[in-house]
Amino acid sequence: MLRIQCPFCGLRDHSEFSYGSDASVEYPPLDGSQEAWHDAVFQRENIDGVQSETWQHTLGCRMWIVVERNTRTHDILSVRPAHDGMTQALNTSLSIEPDQ
Amino acid sequence: MNTRRLPIGGQINRTKPLDFEWDGKPLAGYEGDSLASALLASGETILGRSFKYHRPRGLMSAGVEESGAIVTIGTGSRRDANVKATSQALYDGLVAKGQNAWPSVRNDFGAVNNLFGRFFAAGFYYKTFMGLPPFEWGKGTGAWMWYEKIIRKAAGMGTASRDADPDTYEHANGYCDILVVGSGPAGRSAALSAAQSGYDVVLVEQDFALGGESLSRVEEADTLSQELAALRAAGVRLMENTTTFGLYDGGVAGLLERVTDHLSAPPEWMPRQRFWTMRSRFTVIASGALERHLAFGNNDRPGIMTANAAKIYLNRYGILAGENIVIATNNDSAYLSASSLSNAGARVTLLDSREQVLNSSQAGAQSAGVDVKSGMSILNAKGSTGVYSIDLAEKSSDGWRAKNQMACDLLLISGGWSPVVNLLSHRGLKPVWDSVNACFIAPDHHEPIAMAGSAAGIWDHASCVQSGEKAAADAIAHLHGERAQTSIKAGGWETPIEGLYEISVSGHQHKSFVDPQHDVTADDIRLAHQEGFVSVEHLKRYTTLGMATDQGKMGNVIGLALMAEALGKEIPEVGTTTFRPPYTPISIGALKGRNVGSHFRPLRRTPLHDWNLNAGGTMTMAGLWHRPWYFAQPGEGIGEAYVRETETVRRTVGVCDVTSLGKIAVQGPDATEFLNRVYTNPFAKLAVGKARYGIMLRDDGFVMDDGTTWRLAENDYFMTTTTAHAAKVMTFLEELLQTRWQDLRVHLTSVSEQWAGIAVAGPQSREVITECAADPRKVTDVALPFMGVIETTLKGNIPARIARISFSGERAFEIYIPSDYGPAAMDLIWNAARVREGCLYGLESLGALRIEKGHVTGAELDGRVTIEDAGLGRMASDKKSYIGSVLKNRPELLKGDRPRLVGIFPKDRREIFNAGSILCQDGNISGYGNGWVTAVTHSPALGHWIGLGFIEGGYSNWIDREVVCADPLRKGNTPVEIVSPHMFDPSGDRMYG
Repeated sequence: MLRIQCPFCGLRDHSEFSYGSDASVEYPPLDGSQEAWHDAVFQRENIDGVQSETWQHTLGCRMWIVVERNTRTHDILSVRPAHDGMTQALNTSLSIEPDQ
Repeated sequence: MNTRRLPIGGQINRTKPLDFEWDGKPLAGYEGDSLASALLASGETILGRSFKYHRPRGLMSAGVEESGAIVTIGTGSRRDANVKATSQALYDGLVAKGQNAWPSVRNDFGAVNNLFGRFFAAGFYYKTFMGLPPFEWGKGTGAWMWYEKIIRKAAGMGTASRDADPDTYEHANGYCDILVVGSGPAGRSAALSAAQSGYDVVLVEQDFALGGESLSRVEEADTLSQELAALRAAGVRLMENTTTFGLYDGGVAGLLERVTDHLSAPPEWMPRQRFWTMRSRFTVIASGALERHLAFGNNDRPGIMTANAAKIYLNRYGILAGENIVIATNNDSAYLSASSLSNAGARVTLLDSREQVLNSSQAGAQSAGVDVKSGMSILNAKGSTGVYSIDLAEKSSDGWRAKNQMACDLLLISGGWSPVVNLLSHRGLKPVWDSVNACFIAPDHHEPIAMAGSAAGIWDHASCVQSGEKAAADAIAHLHGERAQTSIKAGGWETPIEGLYEISVSGHQHKSFVDPQHDVTADDIRLAHQEGFVSVEHLKRYTTLGMATDQGKMGNVIGLALMAEALGKEIPEVGTTTFRPPYTPISIGALKGRNVGSHFRPLRRTPLHDWNLNAGGTMTMAGLWHRPWYFAQPGEGIGEAYVRETETVRRTVGVCDVTSLGKIAVQGPDATEFLNRVYTNPFAKLAVGKARYGIMLRDDGFVMDDGTTWRLAENDYFMTTTTAHAAKVMTFLEELLQTRWQDLRVHLTSVSEQWAGIAVAGPQSREVITECAADPRKVTDVALPFMGVIETTLKGNIPARIARISFSGERAFEIYIPSDYGPAAMDLIWNAARVREGCLYGLESLGALRIEKGHVTGAELDGRVTIEDAGLGRMASDKKSYIGSVLKNRPELLKGDRPRLVGIFPKDRREIFNAGSILCQDGNISGYGNGWVTAVTHSPALGHWIGLGFIEGGYSNWIDREVVCADPLRKGNTPVEIVSPHMFDPSGDRMYG
């Protein structure tokens, strides 16, 4: 079982998460070309090595996260919130001193 | 075998005798005995029958690797087959039986197989019975289907109980810094050292007693209880009766704790077994080593076991297993067993295959009275139900030479030791061959795992203890992000082991077993090679060597060595097979834990659940939900009930619990833009106080879900989804906002549990709502028109959200109330409906109403349907872009002949047809047909059965064409007529009016 360091909840079993998809895919605009949408939806690299993936902490905070995982060893190299604003918020809140 | 229990010694409690039953015979043992030791002490020698040949088998070992004494424990629904007698603790009242034998393991008719043993070589059954010659040459397997049943009965193991399992099992979760597997000297020193450094340590032992190898070494056993006390004092969590059956990613270990399997009368509240998911940051594998057999003639006879097993029976269980003992070995370890047995009073002859042996234990053994013969081994064992003599073999310049016979009553073998590297193998690491120590050991690796003790190929006690400390140091270094130091080297014998696996002399043909559990012989290995199975993985599958519960414990190394010899290669070139979890078998019950019976899956109840039951509702499953199916009146079955309910809704009014619909609060300044992007139809101009029906597509352009969304305020929407897709829609919307559209300021909250939902449908629904509303002026036709939404209160100060929307095709309202107010609101609404001759209706009637109207649900929106296919093309805006708008226009999806939603009438209106049937053109009933039926119902409004389905090109393509609803396995063929899906009130006057 993979153990994933949720940026919001801490280290949890992968059974709390749902796999999303390849995080490196950039979705075209809604009015993009059919080819661009076809590639984004259907074309996937079968990566041997480090791949970045989206996961959702479905049974936890429900946040979407980006996980860098080695497909060969299952080692997880990094985890960050999928939403950049969340990354910023986490960094900011960490630097806030408690009131008392 | 002249076996006797000694008056003193061992880890058994002679003041606590325990009664048990073996094959119907009452016997006794002592507290601390295993079932195997108690049987041995009682003089029982034949404990099993072999898999294929039905050869009598006795004890071969004293641990989990046992291949002879495989028995059935318990009776009735608690019958547990294929238990290794060697690892089963004895308890008072234990009932055990021999298996794979009739009438008993002592006298087994199946033993006739052994007479024809030369025919039963590897692959025999398949070669012989699949395509039985000459009748089935080239014709496949007709007869096999028949023979297989008989063959399976003859070859096999125990029989599982067919009753439901009366025991309970638990799933448990554990966490620790360092997990130590094995409580032998290495495991104990690792655990103590790590715990004393302040780490949280769990020490797991598969045996029912802690101590491992120390239990059978007199001087170590004496101090064991102090050592265990020191471990407990240091905070080590000790788990005996617990097997680490598998090692997985992320430092996760699977443990099986046998909670009550050793108890004679377990308390009722205790689970039988506990399945642990243990998460550790580092694992120390001190799982020991298994002593190997040697392949020689009839090496599976009762009375032949490993040298270490005899030592364990002597020193742990106080049993001297024979009087006249011969030990055959190729390494130093057997000398300790020899000395112990000789000191206990047996006459011991030790045959060492090595010609030159220089070691102190040899001197010790000789002074203990052991007769040591160098350069000697065993060619063949004699005696069918027990050994009475052996043929000796002597080393010669070109192999082995047959020598004289020698009498004995117990034959012990030590063919070297195989470190238990199974757990490491579970991590995908291939063990490497250590030719000096003639065994597979751990490769270099980067896993947070350290091997210690004999599991690392370290044989002497002091080095084992040291390797445990070293492993603890490695673990601590790892936890601090440092690299481990070089490990202690395998080894520890004074004279190197000799790589000896088989003793044979040409002209002496005997059955010599490599994997006794599966009756795989040395000749089978050679036969497999002859037939071209040269890869070890193929060899394993062809011969069944080391398969199933054995997982390579007993015969793997010998098998590989013989294969290497046949190939003219070295063992490392041949490689080893992969050991897989579980290390020892796990019961299915433990895997399932508490997820059985009504706990098989979670049950979702609506806040109106009890209300529905009190009102006479019969419930059905809708996904995880329990929903009312129908409300039968006295004398009614489902058929009468739903027809009456459907009629009543169309005539007066009906009330239905629709809580299970998914509900999502969509809030924020960009909520409107967000909805406009996910729905196919325009949402940008939806007014506050209005609801709209919407369709969502997936990225690939197929329909994902439908539902209504209500605009409660400028930035506040209330979305409903179908029951089935609620979770999926929520997840997808969250994904869009958190990944693709991070700039949208929208917040989503699942509020499915917060609101109870009630549908009020029928011509008199307005009157019902008016009666219930605290202020009737708020729900007039003007204040609440079709698709209007209000937030108001019902009588009794019940907050409510009401929208005038319709699924039934009647004038109808959906009312949502905070869950806790659900029953009170239902009382209110039902009272108002009842006086108007209204009814409660359930899922069946809901289905009938929507089928009549051609409204789609999950049965139609199965993920393969485009918005055009579902007949909802007018809902797809061409003035905006939305999720799926590009890919729904792929050429293939625009083809006019795609199956489209249609209504179906039986040609003869008196006929019934089934959902799931295939629609075919008359006279051409074949293949996938031209379409399919998704839903059927009796339509009270139309007076006959109707259906919904999909057919090529849709309704307009099939006007006046002959169509058959083909249902060959159930009803047969029914001629049908394809009609518009809007089968009732197509203009919608009833709904809008």
